[in-house]
Amino acid sequence: MREDTKTLLFAAAICVTCSLLLSGTAAGLRSRQQANEQFDVKRNIVKAFGIDIGGMKRPEIETTFEKYISEETAGDLPLFTWTDEGADSPSKYAFPISGKGLWSMLYGYLALNADMETIAGLSFYKHMETPGLGAEIEKDWFQTQFAGKRLYEDGHAVDFTIAKPGTPLNDTSVDGISGATLTGKGVQTLLRKDAARYAEYFNSIKGNRE
Amino acid sequence: MASSAKKLLMDPFSSNNPITVQVLGICSALAVTVKVDTAIVMTLALTSVLTLSNVVISLLRNVIPSGIRMIVEMAVIATLVIIADQLLQAFLFDISKQLSVFVGLIITNCIVMGRAEAFALQNPPKESLLDGLGNGLGYGIILIAVASIRELLGFGSWFGIKILPESYMGNGLVLLAPGAFILLGLLIWAQRTITKYVEE
Repeated sequence: MREDTKTLLFAAAICVTCSLLLSGTAAGLRSRQQANEQFDVKRNIVKAFGIDIGGMKRPEIETTFEKYISEETAGDLPLFTWTDEGADSPSKYAFPISGKGLWSMLYGYLALNADMETIAGLSFYKHMETPGLGAEIEKDWFQTQFAGKRLYEDGHAVDFTIAKPGTPLNDTSVDGISGATLTGKGVQTLLRKDAARYAEYFNSIKGNRE
Repeated sequence: MASSAKKLLMDPFSSNNPITVQVLGICSALAVTVKVDTAIVMTLALTSVLTLSNVVISLLRNVIPSGIRMIVEMAVIATLVIIADQLLQAFLFDISKQLSVFVGLIITNCIVMGRAEAFALQNPPKESLLDGLGNGLGYGIILIAVASIRELLGFGSWFGIKILPESYMGNGLVLLAPGAFILLGLLIWAQRTITKYVEE
Protein backbone atom coordinates (compact mmCIF):
# COMPACT_ATOMS: atom_id res chain seq x y z
CA MET A 1 0.00 0.00 0.00
CA ARG A 2 2.72 2.49 0.89
CA GLU A 3 4.52 1.60 -2.34
CA ASP A 4 1.31 2.29 -4.29
CA THR A 5 0.82 5.64 -2.59
CA LYS A 6 4.37 6.58 -3.49
CA THR A 7 3.80 5.63 -7.12
CA LEU A 8 0.58 7.64 -7.30
CA LEU A 9 2.21 10.67 -5.71
CA PHE A 10 5.14 10.44 -8.10
CA ALA A 11 2.83 10.18 -11.12
CA ALA A 12 0.82 13.17 -9.89
CA ALA A 13 3.97 15.22 -9.39
CA ILE A 14 5.22 14.43 -12.91
CA CYS A 15 1.85 15.31 -14.41
CA VAL A 16 1.65 18.64 -12.62
CA THR A 17 5.24 19.60 -13.49
CA CYS A 18 4.84 18.67 -17.16
CA SER A 19 1.52 20.46 -17.55
CA LEU A 20 2.84 23.59 -15.86
CA LEU A 21 5.84 23.63 -18.18
CA LEU A 22 3.68 23.11 -21.25
CA SER A 23 1.02 25.66 -20.41
CA GLY A 24 3.75 28.16 -19.49
CA THR A 25 5.48 27.71 -22.86
CA ALA A 26 2.24 27.79 -24.82
CA ALA A 27 1.03 30.96 -23.10
CA GLY A 28 4.40 32.68 -23.38
CA LEU A 29 4.83 32.02 -27.08
CA ARG A 30 1.24 32.39 -28.24
CA SER A 31 1.40 35.99 -29.46
CA ARG A 32 4.52 35.30 -31.54
CA GLN A 33 3.02 32.16 -33.05
CA GLN A 34 -0.21 33.98 -33.92
CA ALA A 35 1.75 36.75 -35.61
CA ASN A 36 3.55 34.10 -37.65
CA GLU A 37 0.30 32.45 -38.63
CA GLN A 38 -1.31 35.73 -39.65
CA PHE A 39 1.70 36.54 -41.77
CA ASP A 40 1.53 33.10 -43.35
CA VAL A 41 -2.07 33.76 -44.40
CA LYS A 42 -1.08 37.12 -45.92
CA ARG A 43 1.80 35.52 -47.74
CA ASN A 44 -0.49 32.91 -49.23
CA ILE A 45 -2.99 35.52 -50.38
CA VAL A 46 -0.13 37.33 -52.16
CA LYS A 47 0.94 34.02 -53.66
CA ALA A 48 -2.61 33.21 -54.81
CA PHE A 49 -2.62 36.48 -56.75
CA GLY A 50 0.06 34.90 -58.89
CA ILE A 51 3.05 36.69 -57.37
CA ASP A 52 6.28 34.71 -57.20
CA ILE A 53 7.13 35.03 -53.52
CA GLY A 54 10.11 32.67 -53.74
CA GLY A 55 12.78 35.30 -53.28
CA MET A 56 10.74 37.76 -51.22
CA LYS A 57 11.54 38.56 -47.60
CA ARG A 58 8.89 39.07 -44.95
CA PRO A 59 8.85 42.93 -45.04
CA GLU A 60 8.54 42.91 -48.86
CA ILE A 61 5.55 40.61 -48.68
CA GLU A 62 3.98 42.77 -45.96
CA THR A 63 4.39 45.95 -48.06
CA THR A 64 3.08 44.22 -51.20
CA PHE A 65 0.04 43.18 -49.22
CA GLU A 66 -0.53 46.70 -47.85
CA LYS A 67 -0.01 48.35 -51.21
CA TYR A 68 -2.10 46.27 -53.60
CA ILE A 69 -4.50 44.17 -51.61
CA SER A 70 -7.61 45.24 -49.80
CA GLU A 71 -9.99 43.17 -47.80
CA GLU A 72 -13.62 43.42 -48.86
CA THR A 73 -16.77 41.37 -48.71
CA ALA A 74 -18.79 39.59 -51.32
CA GLY A 75 -22.24 39.73 -49.80
CA ASP A 76 -21.44 38.08 -46.47
CA LEU A 77 -18.43 36.16 -47.82
CA PRO A 78 -14.83 37.38 -47.43
CA LEU A 79 -13.04 38.66 -50.54
CA PHE A 80 -9.64 40.16 -51.31
CA THR A 81 -9.03 42.43 -54.26
CA TRP A 82 -5.82 43.35 -56.04
CA THR A 83 -5.64 46.84 -57.49
CA ASP A 84 -2.70 47.79 -59.69
CA GLU A 85 -0.94 51.07 -59.03
CA GLY A 86 -2.98 53.99 -60.39
CA ALA A 87 -5.91 51.79 -61.41
CA ASP A 88 -9.45 52.58 -60.27
CA SER A 89 -10.92 49.13 -60.16
CA PRO A 90 -9.44 45.83 -59.01
CA SER A 91 -7.75 43.61 -61.57
CA LYS A 92 -7.81 40.39 -59.57
CA TYR A 93 -10.11 38.87 -56.95
CA ALA A 94 -9.21 36.24 -54.36
CA PHE A 95 -11.36 34.26 -51.99
CA PRO A 96 -10.65 31.63 -49.36
CA ILE A 97 -11.17 27.99 -50.26
CA SER A 98 -11.44 25.14 -47.78
CA GLY A 99 -12.62 21.59 -47.59
CA LYS A 100 -11.78 18.10 -46.54
CA GLY A 101 -8.70 16.35 -47.90
CA LEU A 102 -7.78 12.82 -46.91
CA TRP A 103 -6.74 13.35 -43.29
CA SER A 104 -7.54 16.93 -42.61
CA MET A 105 -9.15 20.18 -43.65
CA LEU A 106 -7.33 22.01 -46.44
CA TYR A 107 -7.23 25.80 -46.32
CA GLY A 108 -6.11 28.06 -49.12
CA TYR A 109 -6.88 30.96 -51.43
CA LEU A 110 -7.88 31.14 -55.06
CA ALA A 111 -7.53 34.25 -57.20
CA LEU A 112 -9.44 35.09 -60.39
CA ASN A 113 -8.27 37.31 -63.22
CA ALA A 114 -10.11 40.53 -64.18
CA ASP A 115 -12.43 38.52 -66.47
CA MET A 116 -13.74 36.83 -63.29
CA GLU A 117 -13.72 33.52 -65.14
CA THR A 118 -10.14 32.29 -65.27
CA ILE A 119 -7.82 31.48 -62.39
CA ALA A 120 -4.89 33.79 -61.62
CA GLY A 121 -3.40 31.55 -58.97
CA LEU A 122 -4.03 29.28 -56.03
CA SER A 123 -2.31 28.47 -52.77
CA PHE A 124 -2.77 26.21 -49.79
CA TYR A 125 -1.43 27.29 -46.42
CA LYS A 126 -2.78 24.82 -43.92
CA HIS A 127 -3.31 21.08 -44.13
CA MET A 128 -2.19 17.86 -42.45
CA GLU A 129 -1.85 15.64 -45.52
CA THR A 130 0.85 12.98 -45.84
CA PRO A 131 4.26 14.52 -46.57
CA GLY A 132 5.41 13.49 -50.05
CA LEU A 133 1.91 12.49 -51.15
CA GLY A 134 -1.09 14.67 -50.33
CA ALA A 135 1.18 17.41 -48.99
CA GLU A 136 2.32 18.00 -52.57
CA ILE A 137 -0.68 20.34 -52.86
CA GLU A 138 1.49 23.02 -51.26
CA LYS A 139 4.22 22.57 -53.86
CA ASP A 140 4.70 24.97 -56.77
CA TRP A 141 4.43 22.33 -59.49
CA PHE A 142 0.89 21.54 -58.36
CA GLN A 143 -0.24 25.10 -57.72
CA THR A 144 1.17 26.75 -60.86
CA GLN A 145 -0.90 24.41 -63.04
CA PHE A 146 -4.06 26.29 -62.06
CA ALA A 147 -3.04 29.66 -63.50
CA GLY A 148 -5.03 30.40 -66.66
CA LYS A 149 -7.52 27.55 -66.19
CA ARG A 150 -11.22 28.29 -66.36
CA LEU A 151 -13.35 28.32 -63.20
CA TYR A 152 -16.59 29.92 -64.52
CA GLU A 153 -18.34 29.55 -67.84
CA ASP A 154 -21.46 31.60 -68.70
CA GLY A 155 -21.89 32.58 -65.08
CA HIS A 156 -21.78 29.05 -63.74
CA ALA A 157 -18.97 27.22 -61.96
CA VAL A 158 -17.47 24.62 -64.29
CA ASP A 159 -16.91 21.02 -63.24
CA PHE A 160 -13.28 21.61 -62.44
CA THR A 161 -11.34 18.33 -62.41
CA ILE A 162 -8.18 17.11 -60.75
CA ALA A 163 -7.30 14.48 -63.34
CA LYS A 164 -5.41 11.27 -62.95
CA PRO A 165 -1.76 12.04 -63.75
CA GLY A 166 -1.03 11.32 -67.41
CA THR A 167 -4.56 11.73 -68.75
CA PRO A 168 -5.12 14.47 -71.37
CA LEU A 169 -5.93 17.86 -69.85
CA ASN A 170 -8.22 20.64 -71.01
CA ASP A 171 -8.77 24.17 -69.71
CA THR A 172 -10.80 23.00 -66.73
CA SER A 173 -8.54 20.26 -65.43
CA VAL A 174 -5.08 19.89 -63.91
CA ASP A 175 -2.81 16.94 -63.15
CA GLY A 176 -3.44 15.24 -59.83
CA ILE A 177 -0.84 13.79 -57.48
CA SER A 178 0.26 10.19 -57.89
CA GLY A 179 -0.48 8.27 -54.72
CA ALA A 180 -2.80 10.97 -53.38
CA THR A 181 -5.98 10.43 -55.34
CA LEU A 182 -8.20 11.16 -52.34
CA THR A 183 -6.49 14.46 -51.54
CA GLY A 184 -7.00 15.38 -55.22
CA LYS A 185 -10.68 14.46 -54.98
CA GLY A 186 -10.89 16.72 -51.92
CA VAL A 187 -9.33 19.62 -53.81
CA GLN A 188 -11.73 19.04 -56.69
CA THR A 189 -14.77 19.01 -54.40
CA LEU A 190 -13.75 22.10 -52.50
CA LEU A 191 -12.99 24.05 -55.70
CA ARG A 192 -16.40 23.24 -57.15
CA LYS A 193 -18.15 24.04 -53.87
CA ASP A 194 -16.44 27.37 -53.25
CA ALA A 195 -16.66 28.39 -56.92
CA ALA A 196 -20.41 27.84 -56.73
CA ARG A 197 -20.66 29.87 -53.52
CA TYR A 198 -19.04 32.89 -55.16
CA ALA A 199 -20.70 32.55 -58.59
CA GLU A 200 -23.61 34.83 -57.74
CA TYR A 201 -21.34 37.58 -56.47
CA PHE A 202 -19.09 37.56 -59.53
CA ASN A 203 -22.14 37.50 -61.82
CA SER A 204 -23.52 40.56 -60.06
CA ILE A 205 -20.32 42.61 -60.49
CA LYS A 206 -20.08 41.53 -64.09
CA GLY A 207 -23.72 42.59 -64.56
CA ASN A 208 -23.02 46.04 -63.08
CA ARG A 209 -20.05 46.51 -65.31
CA GLU A 210 -21.87 45.84 -68.55
CA MET B 1 38.76 15.04 -21.32
CA ALA B 2 38.83 11.71 -19.55
CA SER B 3 38.94 8.80 -21.96
CA SER B 4 35.64 7.33 -20.76
CA ALA B 5 33.84 10.63 -21.26
CA LYS B 6 35.38 11.03 -24.67
CA LYS B 7 34.25 7.54 -25.59
CA LEU B 8 30.68 8.35 -24.52
CA LEU B 9 30.65 11.44 -26.66
CA MET B 10 32.53 10.17 -29.70
CA ASP B 11 31.41 6.55 -30.07
CA PRO B 12 27.97 7.42 -31.46
CA PHE B 13 29.65 9.32 -34.32
CA SER B 14 30.92 6.17 -35.91
CA SER B 15 31.38 2.83 -34.19
CA ASN B 16 28.05 3.02 -32.35
CA ASN B 17 26.13 5.40 -34.59
CA PRO B 18 22.40 5.41 -33.80
CA ILE B 19 21.42 5.40 -37.49
CA THR B 20 24.06 3.37 -39.31
CA VAL B 21 24.82 0.85 -36.58
CA GLN B 22 21.79 0.74 -34.29
CA VAL B 23 19.45 1.53 -37.24
CA LEU B 24 17.17 3.76 -35.17
CA GLY B 25 15.43 6.96 -36.22
CA ILE B 26 15.23 6.00 -39.90
CA CYS B 27 11.79 7.53 -40.42
CA SER B 28 12.90 11.09 -39.79
CA ALA B 29 16.25 10.47 -41.50
CA LEU B 30 14.33 9.87 -44.72
CA ALA B 31 11.80 12.61 -44.25
CA VAL B 32 13.68 15.74 -43.29
CA THR B 33 16.81 15.35 -45.38
CA VAL B 34 15.70 17.00 -48.62
CA LYS B 35 17.58 20.15 -47.66
CA VAL B 36 20.51 20.81 -45.36
CA ASP B 37 18.79 23.55 -43.34
CA THR B 38 15.89 21.34 -42.27
CA ALA B 39 18.36 18.56 -41.42
CA ILE B 40 20.33 20.91 -39.19
CA VAL B 41 17.26 22.21 -37.39
CA MET B 42 16.02 18.65 -36.90
CA THR B 43 19.45 17.69 -35.53
CA LEU B 44 19.39 20.58 -33.06
CA ALA B 45 15.83 19.76 -31.99
CA LEU B 46 16.56 16.07 -31.50
CA THR B 47 19.90 16.69 -29.78
CA SER B 48 18.42 19.12 -27.27
CA VAL B 49 15.46 16.86 -26.57
CA LEU B 50 17.69 13.79 -26.22
CA THR B 51 20.27 15.50 -24.00
CA LEU B 52 17.65 17.03 -21.71
CA SER B 53 15.58 13.87 -21.47
CA ASN B 54 18.68 11.85 -20.66
CA VAL B 55 19.64 14.30 -17.88
CA VAL B 56 16.13 14.49 -16.42
CA ILE B 57 15.62 10.74 -16.47
CA SER B 58 19.07 10.18 -15.02
CA LEU B 59 18.29 12.60 -12.16
CA LEU B 60 15.03 10.78 -11.49
CA ARG B 61 16.46 7.29 -11.95
CA ASN B 62 16.54 6.43 -8.27
CA VAL B 63 13.07 7.71 -7.45
CA ILE B 64 11.04 6.56 -10.47
CA PRO B 65 8.74 3.75 -9.29
CA SER B 66 9.62 0.78 -11.51
CA GLY B 67 5.94 0.07 -12.28
CA ILE B 68 5.43 3.34 -14.17
CA ARG B 69 8.99 3.78 -15.43
CA MET B 70 8.19 3.87 -19.14
CA ILE B 71 5.17 6.12 -18.79
CA VAL B 72 7.28 8.61 -16.84
CA GLU B 73 9.93 8.51 -19.55
CA MET B 74 7.28 9.12 -22.19
CA ALA B 75 5.84 12.05 -20.24
CA VAL B 76 9.27 13.66 -19.89
CA ILE B 77 10.12 13.13 -23.57
CA ALA B 78 6.72 14.29 -24.82
CA THR B 79 6.91 17.46 -22.72
CA LEU B 80 10.35 18.32 -24.07
CA VAL B 81 9.30 17.64 -27.67
CA ILE B 82 6.20 19.81 -27.43
CA ILE B 83 8.27 22.64 -25.95
CA ALA B 84 10.79 22.29 -28.81
CA ASP B 85 7.95 22.30 -31.35
CA GLN B 86 6.38 25.41 -29.79
CA LEU B 87 9.73 27.21 -29.84
CA LEU B 88 10.21 26.37 -33.52
CA GLN B 89 6.71 27.60 -34.36
CA ALA B 90 7.43 30.88 -32.62
CA PHE B 91 10.96 31.54 -33.85
CA LEU B 92 11.59 29.45 -36.99
CA PHE B 93 8.11 29.34 -38.50
CA ASP B 94 9.08 28.42 -42.08
CA ILE B 95 11.37 25.62 -41.04
CA SER B 96 8.79 24.37 -38.58
CA LYS B 97 6.28 24.19 -41.45
CA GLN B 98 8.72 22.20 -43.55
CA LEU B 99 9.47 19.83 -40.69
CA SER B 100 5.70 19.54 -40.23
CA VAL B 101 4.81 16.44 -38.24
CA PHE B 102 8.38 15.25 -37.85
CA VAL B 103 9.22 17.43 -34.85
CA GLY B 104 6.24 15.97 -33.05
CA LEU B 105 7.39 12.53 -34.10
CA ILE B 106 10.63 12.97 -32.13
CA ILE B 107 8.45 11.64 -29.30
CA THR B 108 8.39 8.27 -31.02
CA ASN B 109 11.97 8.47 -32.30
CA CYS B 110 13.47 5.26 -30.99
CA ILE B 111 16.77 6.96 -30.24
CA VAL B 112 15.30 9.09 -27.46
CA MET B 113 13.41 6.31 -25.70
CA GLY B 114 16.26 3.91 -26.43
CA ARG B 115 18.92 6.04 -24.75
CA ALA B 116 16.64 6.70 -21.78
CA GLU B 117 16.07 3.00 -21.25
CA ALA B 118 19.53 1.74 -22.15
CA PHE B 119 21.68 4.44 -20.62
CA ALA B 120 20.12 7.20 -18.53
CA LEU B 121 18.35 4.81 -16.17
CA GLN B 122 21.64 3.26 -15.08
CA ASN B 123 24.05 6.19 -15.22
CA PRO B 124 24.60 9.52 -13.42
CA PRO B 125 23.55 12.82 -15.04
CA LYS B 126 26.97 13.88 -16.31
CA GLU B 127 27.54 10.69 -18.29
CA SER B 128 23.93 10.74 -19.49
CA LEU B 129 24.40 14.27 -20.76
CA LEU B 130 27.44 13.23 -22.80
CA ASP B 131 25.63 10.16 -24.08
CA GLY B 132 22.64 12.27 -25.17
CA LEU B 133 24.84 14.84 -26.84
CA GLY B 134 26.91 12.20 -28.61
CA ASN B 135 23.93 10.24 -29.88
CA GLY B 136 22.06 13.37 -30.98
CA LEU B 137 25.03 14.64 -32.94
CA GLY B 138 25.82 11.17 -34.27
CA TYR B 139 22.26 11.08 -35.62
CA GLY B 140 22.72 14.58 -36.96
CA ILE B 141 25.94 13.88 -38.80
CA ILE B 142 24.22 11.18 -40.85
CA LEU B 143 21.21 13.42 -41.43
CA ILE B 144 23.41 16.23 -42.67
CA ALA B 145 25.45 13.85 -44.84
CA VAL B 146 22.29 12.47 -46.49
CA ALA B 147 20.82 15.97 -46.83
CA SER B 148 24.01 17.32 -48.40
CA ILE B 149 23.96 14.67 -51.11
CA ARG B 150 20.22 15.03 -51.71
CA GLU B 151 20.27 18.80 -51.91
CA LEU B 152 23.33 18.78 -54.19
CA LEU B 153 21.97 16.20 -56.61
CA GLY B 154 18.34 17.27 -56.36
CA PHE B 155 18.60 21.06 -56.49
CA GLY B 156 22.26 21.62 -57.43
CA SER B 157 22.75 23.62 -54.26
CA TRP B 158 24.09 23.21 -50.73
CA PHE B 159 22.55 25.01 -47.77
CA GLY B 160 20.60 27.13 -50.25
CA ILE B 161 23.74 28.23 -52.12
CA LYS B 162 23.84 27.32 -55.82
CA ILE B 163 26.84 25.08 -56.47
CA LEU B 164 26.20 23.35 -59.75
CA PRO B 165 25.65 25.45 -62.92
CA GLU B 166 22.10 26.58 -63.80
CA SER B 167 22.07 24.10 -66.68
CA TYR B 168 22.08 21.22 -64.17
CA MET B 169 18.74 19.44 -64.20
CA GLY B 170 17.85 18.41 -60.66
CA ASN B 171 17.57 14.68 -60.09
CA GLY B 172 14.02 14.02 -58.91
CA LEU B 173 14.67 10.56 -57.52
CA VAL B 174 16.99 11.65 -54.71
CA LEU B 175 14.34 14.10 -53.50
CA LEU B 176 11.83 11.32 -52.95
CA ALA B 177 11.86 8.92 -50.02
CA PRO B 178 13.16 5.97 -52.12
CA GLY B 179 16.19 8.05 -53.13
CA ALA B 180 16.90 8.75 -49.47
CA PHE B 181 16.54 5.05 -48.70
CA ILE B 182 19.14 4.16 -51.32
CA LEU B 183 21.55 6.84 -50.09
CA LEU B 184 21.11 5.79 -46.48
CA GLY B 185 21.74 2.17 -47.45
CA LEU B 186 24.94 3.14 -49.24
CA LEU B 187 26.06 5.18 -46.22
CA ILE B 188 25.41 2.25 -43.86
CA TRP B 189 27.36 -0.03 -46.19
CA ALA B 190 30.30 2.39 -46.43
CA GLN B 191 30.35 3.05 -42.70
CA ARG B 192 30.18 -0.63 -41.76
CA THR B 193 32.91 -1.50 -44.26
CA ILE B 194 35.21 1.08 -42.71
CA THR B 195 34.51 0.13 -39.08
CA LYS B 196 34.34 -3.63 -39.91
CA TYR B 197 31.07 -3.85 -37.97
CA VAL B 198 29.21 -7.10 -38.50
CA GLU B 199 25.70 -7.86 -37.25
CA GLU B 200 25.80 -10.90 -34.99
